[in-house]
Order: sequence, then structure tokens, then C-alpha cells
Amino acid sequence: MKTTYRDAIRAALREALQKDPRVFLMGEDVGRYGGTYAVSRGLLEEFGPERIRDTPLSESTFVGAGIGAAMAGMRPIVEVMTVNFSLLCLDQIVNNAATLRHMSGGQVSVPLVVRMATGAGRQVAAQHSHSWEGWYAHVPGLKVVAPATLADARGMLWSALQDPDPVLVFEHATLYGLEGELPDDAGAVDIARAAVRRPGRDVSLVTYGGTLGKTLQAAEALAKEGIEAEVLDLRVLRPLDTAAILASVAKTRRAVIVDEGWRSGSLSAEVSARIMEGAFYDLDAPVARVCSAEVPIPYPRHLEEAALPQPAAIAEAARNVVRAHG
Amino acid sequence: MTGPTPSPTKEHGLHLLREMIRIRRFEEKCAELYGSGKIRGFLHLYIGEEAVAVGALQALRPDDAIVATYREHGQALVRGIPATSIMAEMYGKSGGCSRGRGGSMHLFDAATRFYGGNAIVGGGLPLAVGLALADQLRGERRVTACFFGDGAVAEGEFHESLNLAALWRLPVLFLCENNLYAMGTAIERHQAQLDLMLKARGYRVAGESVDGMDVLAVQAAAEHAVAHVRAGEGPFFLEAKTYRFRAHSAYDPELYRPKEEVERWKKRDPIELLLARLRESRLLEPADLERIEAEAAREVAEAVAFAEASPWEPVEDLLRDVSAEAPRAGGATPAAATAAVAGATP
Repeated sequence: MKTTYRDAIRAALREALQKDPRVFLMGEDVGRYGGTYAVSRGLLEEFGPERIRDTPLSESTFVGAGIGAAMAGMRPIVEVMTVNFSLLCLDQIVNNAATLRHMSGGQVSVPLVVRMATGAGRQVAAQHSHSWEGWYAHVPGLKVVAPATLADARGMLWSALQDPDPVLVFEHATLYGLEGELPDDAGAVDIARAAVRRPGRDVSLVTYGGTLGKTLQAAEALAKEGIEAEVLDLRVLRPLDTAAILASVAKTRRAVIVDEGWRSGSLSAEVSARIMEGAFYDLDAPVARVCSAEVPIPYPRHLEEAALPQPAAIAEAARNVVRAHG
Repeated sequence: MTGPTPSPTKEHGLHLLREMIRIRRFEEKCAELYGSGKIRGFLHLYIGEEAVAVGALQALRPDDAIVATYREHGQALVRGIPATSIMAEMYGKSGGCSRGRGGSMHLFDAATRFYGGNAIVGGGLPLAVGLALADQLRGERRVTACFFGDGAVAEGEFHESLNLAALWRLPVLFLCENNLYAMGTAIERHQAQLDLMLKARGYRVAGESVDGMDVLAVQAAAEHAVAHVRAGEGPFFLEAKTYRFRAHSAYDPELYRPKEEVERWKKRDPIELLLARLRESRLLEPADLERIEAEAAREVAEAVAFAEASPWEPVEDLLRDVSAEAPRAGGATPAAATAAVAGATP
């Protein structure tokens, strides 16, 4: 069936609400407004205000309430409007959700799912455009996933709800309108492994989330020049599927990491370090990275575009590592 | 709820006394063990504030939940977590109630629904809201009691949590242990409005302020508050005015308050106040106190012996309990899942 990323998430939410009475959705404007990105439109009418709960603008408390309800055995799905606002509940996520199992000696479990929009590309400037998922991927006790495809948008939520630990789901804001085909019986997918989205032998392009599409475009352009790029979608940012990264690099001997986060102290740095640690002698060229320019994301379109990883820059980085044959 | 509380029965009066003395003697031992290096890290003593935990917890049932702060030894003991496992936790031993991973500030016990031991000021309030939300959604007539200090009242989470709990009529007892200092900052220097009741009222949360040195008054106020919450009337804000006799933590040289102030408050020692009350009502014989002291001494000695004997967790277990041992994958098998994700293109 033809669907969109937005509708696929809504279908996943509906399935979860139908199948598990412990599940409820809570967040700013998820009910009457229908969700900031229209993801939850219609769910209030279908499931009622007990389970589709509009909250005040109190990120710390409604995320903390999700943690508390999860500790008590519920399966809350908390929507934080964007990852930029999640800095207001960073304390609850990092100091409570991620630590309670450990601090309690294994007595407390926090089966919480937090969904957030992330990323740039819509000219909404520096307080609505950043990609903080790499920060969260730093934190033991959290699981961090980034659905980049319709199947993952449809299937990751259910798996996240089955996880006994907190799972953060990062939905890139430019993906909600993504259209495509999805099998009628599409359902849960694993949240453990990376996936090869395009096989290739010459260079590994490692990416996730909002830059997967751009990276696949770059791979198309490279193919016309005779460079066969393999595109690896990380899917899970914590814990990283290191084996999949190393397996791809062992095959292609070259890697370019594409990440909309900034370069310094980043997820891309972590992936690069793991390649160095685990595949140093497989490499024919230094690992390259294509990241956002180190600037708060600017408002004007031409500057925003210049700040973000784009297919041309990804392709150019790939050409450079392929040419730098050792 | 004002005016003098009626005298308790002898049995109950002695029970309250026993609980306060248990906390006092346990913590005095903790201070000593800190001095000898057995307990490390932060140690926040409750000495002087015992009437609050002891009085308030009388109002709770076994299936109610508690969220406490880093100054939670008293609540944990009264709640029924064995002194042995609390002391072992202080030592960082594997026999601790959090298997040693938390220490003094992070006592947990799932069996008594004791949800920590939270060391971020204000951080426990949203958790209490969520525990109460789960009860409301499941139709459980349970109460979540959330302890916090006056310092937390300055945090955004206090205001967010009172508002949300009131908006959704959640069964939370917000219990502010107002000991007049946020660490070293006097309440006059951290609050523009010193009447905390007005803050509760601002969120349409029912409230009461009580003398936190009078255990009988605290119990009476807590029973009133819990009845309100359990009846589905929404949250309740109970302020217990109290005072910490010891330093904030072992690192605190107490430069911020005059010794005379501390001495003045010690004249209202909650244990002494109850003793006077019981003697006045002829409910206490010398033998009673001797017996209680002997029992407390024995409990503390057993706790220390248990903690000493408890093994250290092997370092091979370092990474334990970061995540669940075996997270379940989704409904799909890994192979099927990979096929499913490979099937779609962005």
C-alpha cells in the first residue's frame, strides 16, 4: 500500500494502543491539535483523552511522569515536540530514565518510549533545527533509534515498546512527508542492527535518519561514474551495530560517515573511532566525514543548505577517498 | 488541622518513639562510620527531622509508593527496608538494598514500593506524578508520597509537577520538608514568597503547614492529607517545618548559619518533644526507653555486622544492570526484520 512516514508512525501508534492496554501517548498537542507533525491526528477520537493525553508545556515533568508510569508497569509513549525542546527534560532522561535500573541494583525498569522530531531543512532556524541524538547516544542505559525508512517508521515503535529499557526514537522532521510503498502486513522490525540499503564494493557510506536519502542520491551519482558505494543505515545509534560497520568496511576498504550532527565530539567521531579500532588494517584511505557546518543552523535557505550535508558533498567526499588509493 | 493533637495510646506513642530513635541511632552510627572511612561519598543526615518521616509514613499503606530525596535514610528505615541492607548499601556492598550501586543517596526497594533516593533536587517530583498517573489509569486507590526539601520549591519541576498533578487530579502527596536551607542558602535568600501554601494554592492544590518537630502533629496532618488524596480529590501539599541539626553533608563547614540558631532548634528536638509528651501523659516508664534504646542499639549493631560481612560485588559484574540482561527483539525474527527493512527505500 502507498503510505507516508507520518502515516506509518500513526499506524504503529494505533497498533500499539490497540494491542496493549498499558500503552498511552502523552505530549504537547498530541490530542486536539493532532500532533505538531500531524502524526497523532485522529487518535484522540479513537482512543479517548485517557490514552491520548495533551500535556502542559512542561517537558521535564511530562517526561518524568512517563518514567514514573513506566516504573509502575505502564508502557508510555511520550512525544517531545522536537529534540531541541528535549533539553528541558534532559535531566529526566539522563539522570532518571538512564540510571534508575542501575542505581536500584536492577530493581527498577523503565520501559519508556520517547519520540522526538530532529534535524534541519525547513528554515526554522537555530532553536528548531539541531540534531542532538548523538548526545543521547553517548549515554549508557538508553537505547537510541532513528527510523529512516517507511518500514522502520512502521516497525520500530512496537519493538521499542517491548524493550524493558528506555528507547528514544528520533524522527527526522523532513521525513514525515516521505511517500512510498509498504506491505499491508508490515509490522515490527528489529531495533538491534544496521541495514545495508544499497550494496557496493568501492566505498562504505555510513549514515542514518534524515541523511539516508541524500546519501542514496550521492550513491546514484557515484554509480554513474563507475563508483559502487555501499550505503549502510545505522538505524540504531546506541548500541551501535559495530559488526555491520566493520563488515562493510572490510569489504570496501573505505568509509565516509554522513551525519547531520556537528563533527566535533560527535556520533560520526564515534563511528570513525570504531573503524580505526576495528578495521585499521583493512583501510585503503583515511576515514572521511560529511557533517553539518559548525554553526547554529541559520534561517536563510541558501545558508541552511550550505550548512547541511548535501548529496554533492557526500559524493565528493566518496570520490576523494576512492582516489586516495593507498 | 490545628490545635493540639490528642494523646496517643501508649502502644502507638512508643512505636513513634521507637521509630525516631531507630533513625537517630542508625545515623549517629553512619556519621561514625563515615569518620572511619567505611562509608564514603556523600552522607546527608536526617537527624533533627525524624518526626517528618515517622509521622508521615504512619498515614501510608503498604501498597502506596514513596519517592524520596538523597536525605532518605529515615524514610527507608520506617518504610521497612531492613537496616542491614540499608547499611550494606552505605558501605557499597552487594548485600545493599540497591546492591551497592547507589549508596547513601540511592536507596531503592521494589518490595515496599520505595522508588529512591533521588539526588537531583526536584527530580523526583515528576516521577511521583507518573507513578500516580499509572495508578489513576489502572483505577488503583493508591497514594504516591513524594518527599522533597524547600530547595526543590525553587526548581521548575516543582511548579510543573504541582500544576500537572492538579490538572489531572493525580493521587500525589507532595511533602515538603522545609528545613529552612537549600544546602547553605537560607529560604529567605532563595524564595521571594516564604508562604509556601500560597504556591500550592496558586496551582489549586490543597495544602497544610505543620510543625515538623511534632511527630503527632505530622501524623495527624499526613492522615488528613492522605485521606484527601486517596478519596480522589487530587494532590495535596503538606509542608513540614523542620530543621536539620547536622551539617548538610560531611563536607559542610556550616558557615552559613549561627550556632545559636542550631542550639535553639535543638531545644525542639522531635525525640525530646515526644518524650516530654509521653511522660506528661504518663505513657512512658524508664524501662520503656531503656528497652527501645537497647533494641535500636542491637539493630544498628546487626546492620553494621551484616554490612561488614557482606561481600563486594565482583568487578567482573561492573556492567551489570545498565540495560536489561536480555532485551527482547521485536515481533519479527532478525532475518525477517532485516528483509522487512531492506524492502523499503526512502
